[in-house]
Amino acid sequence: MEAEKATIEFYLDSRSGVAPYLQLVQQVKQALRLGFLKPGDQLPTVREVVAQLAINPNTVFKAYRTLELEGLVGSRPGLGTFVLRTLADPALESHDALRQRLMGWLQDAAAAGLQEESIEALFTNALQQLKKRNEEEIA
Amino acid sequence: MIQALETERLGKRYGRKWALRNCALRIPIGHVTGLVGPNGAGKTTLLHLAMGLLAPTSGTVKVFGYSPAKEARQVLSKVGFVAQEHPLYKTFRVEEMLTAGRKLNANWDQDLALRRLKQVGIPLRQRVGKLSGGQQAQVALIMTLAKRPEMLLLDEPVASLDPLARREFQQTLLDAVTEDGLSVIVSSHIVADLERFCDHLVILSASQVQITADVDHLLQSHKLLVGPRDRAQTRTGTYTVVTSREAERHCMLLVQMHGPMIDPAWEVRDVSLEDIILAYLSQPSRGMAGLEEKKLGVTQ
Repeated sequence: MEAEKATIEFYLDSRSGVAPYLQLVQQVKQALRLGFLKPGDQLPTVREVVAQLAINPNTVFKAYRTLELEGLVGSRPGLGTFVLRTLADPALESHDALRQRLMGWLQDAAAAGLQEESIEALFTNALQQLKKRNEEEIA
Repeated sequence: MIQALETERLGKRYGRKWALRNCALRIPIGHVTGLVGPNGAGKTTLLHLAMGLLAPTSGTVKVFGYSPAKEARQVLSKVGFVAQEHPLYKTFRVEEMLTAGRKLNANWDQDLALRRLKQVGIPLRQRVGKLSGGQQAQVALIMTLAKRPEMLLLDEPVASLDPLARREFQQTLLDAVTEDGLSVIVSSHIVADLERFCDHLVILSASQVQITADVDHLLQSHKLLVGPRDRAQTRTGTYTVVTSREAERHCMLLVQMHGPMIDPAWEVRDVSLEDIILAYLSQPSRGMAGLEEKKLGVTQ
């Protein structure tokens, strides 16, 4: 029997200083945000994750329990753990168009001679400016 | 509550030298516990005391509530031990090792042994001495699993293995933990894999327990603080310093946090488990017993 492709592939970064269970939680949330995981999708079984990463099963249990407490997944005894809701932006459809415009802007910036760090600084700065303006509007 | 392993003021002395001293531990059931420390820190001594291979000089040790010295039968039926050198009969074929195991153990699970050997692709007709180091380690582990223990004690099981064999050994072990809910205590001086492998950690150094805690808790409570040297203190309400590195004006403190850092002069960074372990190992005189209070960096 051919095994179905896993809905999500986990990885661990042991230099990050982030607890392994939190790394798994963050990866599921990221996949939910980006729409890679959708309601109804089954997460890999604890045993599959253990086999794939050579990771302690208690870590996987803890990650799944954390996701369950946040209402993102639910476990059905004997069947597995399933995604209950998504974290995807309702504006997910507009991501593609926005990404393309951002790519165009990034190319312009590179063409103007900006280094990666300068681009990052500029972007962060602009984002902060936007935040500040929004706060002022509310106030 | 019954603990998988519980010790109180446990000590072992060889002649005049204490191999283990004043050891107080409570390791709950169902965890994979890493026993970390440099060579000679007392790891093997602690495991041998838990197996009843050694008698304590002082204090007590209990395994699932039983004394390994006085109630050896109860302890031996519940606990499996894999020694570092994977003692096997090198001239036996793998299947002959299984036969020996079956005749020597009341609870022997032949199906489990055959299934696991097949999983890792070890041929039954092969002589043990002809197997690779990694395969011999697998056979030793599978032999111990087939005894159906409730807890496994492993003494540096992967120290002699290459990284791939190490990973395969760990996969067999963790799969058994997932399947049967085994408790495991594994000693190691290889700190790199411990984070994914263990959920509980005991750091031993200079014959004493430096710290014992959940891996998640260790990671979440330890931070690297970077900031002005003249404001560094060994201990505040907010943190306790484990190690410090000082430059002329600024310093780096590896600390255990007791609350959120409010002082904006300090940059707070995450630290890897390896760095946390190394910090405790490099400070053998400190540890849980309490740090001496002194102001760092300011010459009086």
